[in-house]
Amino acid sequence: MEARKRLSAVAVGGAMLLAVAACGGGGTGTSSTPGATQPPAAGGSDKAFVWALSAEPKALDGAYVSDGESLRVIRQMFEGLVGTKPGSTEVVPALATKWESTDGTNWTFTLKQGVKFHDGTDFNAEAACWNFERWYNFKGAQQNPAVSYYWYTVFGGYAKNEDASLAPSSYKGCKAEGTDKITISLAAPSASFIAALSLPSFSMVSPAAIQKSGDAVEMKGDAPEFTGKFATEAPVGTGPYKFVSWQRGDRVTLQAFDGYHGEKAKIKDLIFRAISDAPARRQALESGEIDGFDQVEPADVDTLKGAGFQVQERSALNVGYIGFNQKMAPLDNPKIRQAIAYAINREALVQAKYPAGSRVATQFMPPELTGYNEGVTTYGYDVNKAKQLIAESGVANPTIELWYPTGVTRPYMPDPKANFEAFKADLEAAGFKVTVKSARWTPEYLDAVDNGKAMVYMIGWNADFADADNFVGTFFQQFNKRFGFENKEIFDKLNAAEQETDAAKRTTLYQEANKLIMDFLPGLPYVHNKSFVGLGKDVQGFLTDPLSNENFSLVSRG
Amino acid sequence: MSLGAAEAAITVAEDHGGGVWREAFKRLSRNPAAIIGAVLIALFLFVAIFADWLAPYTALAPDLKQIKGPGHIPGPTAEHWLGLDDQGRDLLSRIILGARQSLLVGVVSLLFGMIGGIILGLLAGGLGGWFDTGVMRLVDMMLAVPGLLFAIGIAAMLGEGLLAVMIAIGVVNVPVFARLLRGQMLAQREADYAMAAKSLGVKRRRVILGHVFPNSLTPVIVQGTLTLATAIIEAAGLAFLGLSGADPSIPEWGRMLAESQRHLAIAPQLVIAPGLAIVLAALGFTLLGESLREALDPKYRR
Amino acid sequence: MLRFIVRRLLVLVPVLLGLSIALFAWVRALPGSPAQALLGERATQAQIEMINRQMGLDQPLYEQYLRFLGKVVRLDFGTSVQTSQPVIDEMIRRFPATFELGVTALLIAVVVGVPLGYFAARRNGTWLDSATITGSLIGITIPVFFLAYMLKYVFAVKLGWFPNTGRQEARMLDVEHPTGFYVLDGLVTGNMAAFWDAILHLVLPAIALATIPLAIIARITRAAVLDVLNEDYVRTAESKGLTSGVVTRRHVLRNALLPVTTVIGLQFGLLMSGAILTETVFAFPGVGKFVADAIPTRDYPSLQGFILVIATLFVLINLVVDVAYGLIDPRVRVR
Repeated sequence: MEARKRLSAVAVGGAMLLAVAACGGGGTGTSSTPGATQPPAAGGSDKAFVWALSAEPKALDGAYVSDGESLRVIRQMFEGLVGTKPGSTEVVPALATKWESTDGTNWTFTLKQGVKFHDGTDFNAEAACWNFERWYNFKGAQQNPAVSYYWYTVFGGYAKNEDASLAPSSYKGCKAEGTDKITISLAAPSASFIAALSLPSFSMVSPAAIQKSGDAVEMKGDAPEFTGKFATEAPVGTGPYKFVSWQRGDRVTLQAFDGYHGEKAKIKDLIFRAISDAPARRQALESGEIDGFDQVEPADVDTLKGAGFQVQERSALNVGYIGFNQKMAPLDNPKIRQAIAYAINREALVQAKYPAGSRVATQFMPPELTGYNEGVTTYGYDVNKAKQLIAESGVANPTIELWYPTGVTRPYMPDPKANFEAFKADLEAAGFKVTVKSARWTPEYLDAVDNGKAMVYMIGWNADFADADNFVGTFFQQFNKRFGFENKEIFDKLNAAEQETDAAKRTTLYQEANKLIMDFLPGLPYVHNKSFVGLGKDVQGFLTDPLSNENFSLVSRG
Repeated sequence: MSLGAAEAAITVAEDHGGGVWREAFKRLSRNPAAIIGAVLIALFLFVAIFADWLAPYTALAPDLKQIKGPGHIPGPTAEHWLGLDDQGRDLLSRIILGARQSLLVGVVSLLFGMIGGIILGLLAGGLGGWFDTGVMRLVDMMLAVPGLLFAIGIAAMLGEGLLAVMIAIGVVNVPVFARLLRGQMLAQREADYAMAAKSLGVKRRRVILGHVFPNSLTPVIVQGTLTLATAIIEAAGLAFLGLSGADPSIPEWGRMLAESQRHLAIAPQLVIAPGLAIVLAALGFTLLGESLREALDPKYRR
Repeated sequence: MLRFIVRRLLVLVPVLLGLSIALFAWVRALPGSPAQALLGERATQAQIEMINRQMGLDQPLYEQYLRFLGKVVRLDFGTSVQTSQPVIDEMIRRFPATFELGVTALLIAVVVGVPLGYFAARRNGTWLDSATITGSLIGITIPVFFLAYMLKYVFAVKLGWFPNTGRQEARMLDVEHPTGFYVLDGLVTGNMAAFWDAILHLVLPAIALATIPLAIIARITRAAVLDVLNEDYVRTAESKGLTSGVVTRRHVLRNALLPVTTVIGLQFGLLMSGAILTETVFAFPGVGKFVADAIPTRDYPSLQGFILVIATLFVLINLVVDVAYGLIDPRVRVR
């Protein structure tokens, strides 16, 4: 059930993107392939490009990971059937030049010809179907949601589900027709999976390389271990960069792939280093040891710019909000929820602690997405109104437990402690008694929030896909222990929106849902943050991407 | 001889105990290091106790009006001698208020460690035999894990909060005190007065609790003074690794130091002020403790 | 002598066994589910339950412990949550870095600390003596990470004399690491640039890490030298007209260094604690950094394995020190 929901969650986003893709996919193919002219050797520049990750990758096989830092490296080496246009969320052709479906159930992809994997084997219809069958036939620890998270999220289950909690798979099969056409069959009509296929987790890997190196996963103790060598020592894809080496605890080295079918990488050596300490990443950029890193702290943006470094803004799709658990008194009282909303000075916090360009949130999704409603009820900062609402609520001396996470920064929450301190002071000023609760982000904090043990808590969401359902649908479409409420009107509205295939009607439904939600106030959204990428002075061609899908092959150093 | 007379004899025999302290204080008053240490401690205690009166501002709730944007940290002015922190609060006030928290962490964790250590050491040194062996193996085990790692482990188990930090630091010090006390008690049991008491038929428990134990406490007290210093430093280390009190609006030096590292380039005063405060407080206890140790050590009494 | 060693080894068994029980119990007592640690904010209830089932935490405790012990004996410490690699592999990869750093720090501590302590004792009561004492006390009261940050800020960020972070310049390609000790690797492969680079990366973290051992060694040396200087045989030697240089070499240093050696053995635990903080500040990819990163990521298998191995090493090093002490000074064996 859960999985099926997720599949349709991306459906309409996919449907909308489909139109764009169909146009682009018609004849032109992916990019300006140099065609008949003599292709220049990849990696014209002999200056290496060094990028600092915040953590080491876990594995270099997209099917096995869902963490951003692994996927960032994987993106450079692998491609899927479809991709996204650099700098946008628009789905564009990648290894498939076009796709079509008459019934939404059977999808035929036309594959690009002449594409080779880094090991010299051909990418063709057989290899593409082999990839889908590989994912579908995952066994044992491969079925663990910590391993094949995105397959599970998009396609639900596997050929032989080994756990009762797994849903039947919505994937039915893949058939190769000749060398350049495949047809993927689904259990039910869906356009969603086109958008989902743009995730790096659905990258095409070389069947020969998997057979040679192995892709075994074992669950050992508390974590999956990638015992097959493909994911750790010999990943092989079709992307602009090929794998060279992975010195654990130190660096991953990639090299431009001479046989790349598209526009070849401008820089020959691409190096990823893991530096987990945020100030250390900034200092490494300042000293010239690295050429770029993600998530520049807002406080450092001006310092870096002042020193002549480039700081590029990314309009990230996210929301930071304060969640209310209505299972716990007094949060079941709407006046108390409203009093909290009026008590908190969101403008002051965003102005002081978030980078310029960040916006105060009025609802649970960013304005870039369709379904955003300009006309929702807003709760401007007003202490007196908050006090008055408390008086009207009939709750004498309301006490609330306010939770904040430690050991973490999130794109929507670069300094959780600062937010917490501001919220606490605001709430106290309005007459609330605040009990401090803090816990490590994983697992204790998320454990408490997800199991309905946290009363008022700071959390948020980063988009997987650019779609309203990925926000409000995820939060409010059914009973959610985090929020602890049943509101049939909201649930029904969101269900209707999810199933609506007409784009205009769907937008209206989401706008209505957003209005209902903000009247009901299950939580208080407070920010849509920007995030920043720091780059060396001589870096050119870097293009930030709302879903962090940055393509390093476009980068050069002048 | 009656038991009472025996006790009197013992008391005479061990009278050097009080004499040692008296003489030690005389020596300390002539030692500049000890005086500096005592002054630093007195200052620290004074600030901690009267923090509310000394602090020019309340400085608990953030004042975001003062902050024009991320990365803007107002520096020292006439109103704010050390400037503001990244939440717009007066840094000097927070340093002053932080003394209280650091003292609390130091004293409470010392008490945890000392009481635990004394119980273990007393049982081991007093009962002897298999129990002693068992306790000493436990102590070996605890000492085998590097202090910070040990504290991390304990704190992880107890969850977030200042109490967890204090217990963690306390537990790390238990084996130190236990081993020290046990060793001292074994030595004292062999001392003349204890032998005499035993031969006079005084009950073992009475000898141990009434005489051997109090006479063995001297090095424990010295160690306690030094442990106050290390506890404050260890609390800072744990804060650096993200283990500190739940409520960030209550100022604590270790946490202030650890959390302002990222502003080092923009506002070094945010790092240097709590760092110096920690060093000075710890130095006070270390100077006094070391001087005390020397003053009480017969080796230096020539 | 053999009996002494055997006796000491036998004492190790209950200590290590007890430690394994304590660490096993520790992981069980920790709050939160590992599933949540793996999945983060995306975890659904069903996913968490499924992962917990797969881990098979439903068997009796003693059986789980025996299984754990059986694996530990075969050096199987499970898989790191941070990296999805066997914990033992992570250790093998990271120990050389920490070892290199620790040895450098200890070297600095000894090379500076012993002469400092020695001259302080010889000039007992002079300004050099007071400066050494005061300096060493300040040395042990500065939080290691505070000092490390200050060193980095001044010498790496402001002056640019040394690199900020890491063990090796990120742009240095084609460097081979046959031993894992980067300084040694530079020499072995004849890559002088890599050799020099490795040394530059070591300097600041090693100085930060060296302060506390340096302070302790200087003070112990001073105290030991003072003791020896006051011993009758030294006075006799001096009164017999032996020049002070001869006395120094023959008697004072040799006798004074005995307690110093023991203290150096005991620095291991301190160095490990220091390494956690220092390596974090300098992003130095060693054991300490890995342990520090294991806390926020809740990488308990790694913490468990590392604590067990570090404690075992500590106990063994102390054994070696004891034995060496016994070899030098026969009186110890009799006890």
